[in-house]
Amino acid sequence: MAKILVFLEHHGNELQKGALGVLSKAAQLGGDVAGVVVGEGARAVADEAGKFGASLVFAAEDPRLAAPLPQPRVDVLAKLVRDEGFDTVLFAQSVLAADVAGALSARLEAGLNWDLVDIVADGDGFIGKRPALADSVFADVAWTSTPRLALFRSGSFDANATGGSAEVRGLEVELEDFSTLTELVSQEEEESTGPSIEDADVIVAGGRGLGDPEKFALVEDLARALGGAVGATRAVVDAGWYPYASQVGQTGKSVSPKLYVAVGISGAIQHKVGMQSSNVIVSINKDPNAPIFEYSDLGVVGDLHEIVPKLTELVRSRKGS
Amino acid sequence: MKIAVCVKAVPDAATGRRLDPATKRLARSGDLTLSDFDSHAVEEALKLKEATGDGEVVIVSMGPEKAMDALRKALAMGADRAVLVSDEALAGSDLVGTAKALAGALGREEADLVLFGQQSADGDGACLWAAVAEHLRRPTISQAAELTVEDGSVTGKRQTEFGYDTIRARLPAVVAVSDAINEPRYPSLKGIMGAKRKPQETLSAADVGGAADATTTVLALNPPPARGDSRRVEDDGNGAQAILEFLAEKRLV
Repeated sequence: MAKILVFLEHHGNELQKGALGVLSKAAQLGGDVAGVVVGEGARAVADEAGKFGASLVFAAEDPRLAAPLPQPRVDVLAKLVRDEGFDTVLFAQSVLAADVAGALSARLEAGLNWDLVDIVADGDGFIGKRPALADSVFADVAWTSTPRLALFRSGSFDANATGGSAEVRGLEVELEDFSTLTELVSQEEEESTGPSIEDADVIVAGGRGLGDPEKFALVEDLARALGGAVGATRAVVDAGWYPYASQVGQTGKSVSPKLYVAVGISGAIQHKVGMQSSNVIVSINKDPNAPIFEYSDLGVVGDLHEIVPKLTELVRSRKGS
Repeated sequence: MKIAVCVKAVPDAATGRRLDPATKRLARSGDLTLSDFDSHAVEEALKLKEATGDGEVVIVSMGPEKAMDALRKALAMGADRAVLVSDEALAGSDLVGTAKALAGALGREEADLVLFGQQSADGDGACLWAAVAEHLRRPTISQAAELTVEDGSVTGKRQTEFGYDTIRARLPAVVAVSDAINEPRYPSLKGIMGAKRKPQETLSAADVGGAADATTTVLALNPPPARGDSRRVEDDGNGAQAILEFLAEKRLV
């Protein structure tokens, strides 16, 4: 039976939804599933992981771990994996997790498969599912040795609370000399008006077809009505219409919400790679030849300035009824 | 200040990237070009060198012999010399092997600053710098969209899921820059002409103390899962209604 460790990233007093999704998936795979939480407030959030399938959660709290920097976390994870003999370590994609996973791979000489969207048991091991080359190919990938490391694309799994409980164990922290040469100088929280696109079940995204930046209000209104987050294409982010944090696509974020509504987005390949694993895709575009229609579940050819406000009203009145 | 820039020569996006069905690796038989993401790292290195007025920018890469053609673009932009780790014994290296080989090449250079681009353009990897920094035992900053070097340290500002972090690392350090950091310059004709004469060194696996370590493997290549039927409607005034009904049918509202 595999011995799985899930890196549980937290921010403030919350475990991240992506990490809990990976934990839920790990619990379904069977075997012993443990989690590890590192940083300020780790102990306080650790037992929450029990509800998502962890039977044991390690918590490392130390002033030197307060800043969200990767290298001290690598020291904590490397020691934990060696001491407890974990053969599989799973991560949900984030700026921090990618750095931790990459460095841990070097430290433990452990194979890392990244950008996975699924994992299945295969005998004593696992097979990962990895979209490649702009998601035109889905590769079955595996590991030739242990420990195995895997980094999952945002939104790959739902976080399912099953209601268990976890034993929480504290960890001694020993840091390498080079792990303390980086410091956080300052941190600005981005003003967020709604859920982040990584965490959202619904994303309404706008592209150049909106015509001008003020028209993003249409997208925001629909997102609010659907209880979702706002996404944007690279073109409009580059044009300064919307912040980079909302950018979906090759140089932005890859997302896979339950519903993705593309408003005025032509659907070039660079955008497609970031959203085509969404469960349901609905697109609105006035150009009947827009590539987005080829991978939409429902495509509406028409004027978004007419359709979107009407749709927002319809959704609101349906929810109100 | 000596700056090393790690770059990757990737198959040209325009001529098509494909996987070799036999090896299940990325086919590298066609022309290779400097990864766009890495040209931002080259640009940032050149700017830092220009700002201090002295120093050296060394391009470091691993790949087939012809990858040197792609590195020459970085030389044409203004980098001083190129080092390519190229050895049949290293073909098929994954993250573990590549990080070791690059760290071996970088170990010979002892640069004050090692720069990377934000991701590989072909394999979508975005963690090599962290593995290399681990081997070099140096501090690291990733996804930096602004960079300053002063008083023996490098400071980077980057965007995360939660906002903006400003991080300072003591030199020598390893930094990956995002493609928002600058607009890479185009090589001048003079730069292109001069590039051929700049030092270009090829290192073997033995030189960098590496051998192909593959800790991961590709078992099979499959077509992407098919999406269900795609429905298309023309808006005749009922487009919004059609969407609402569709969402209701899918239990999304």
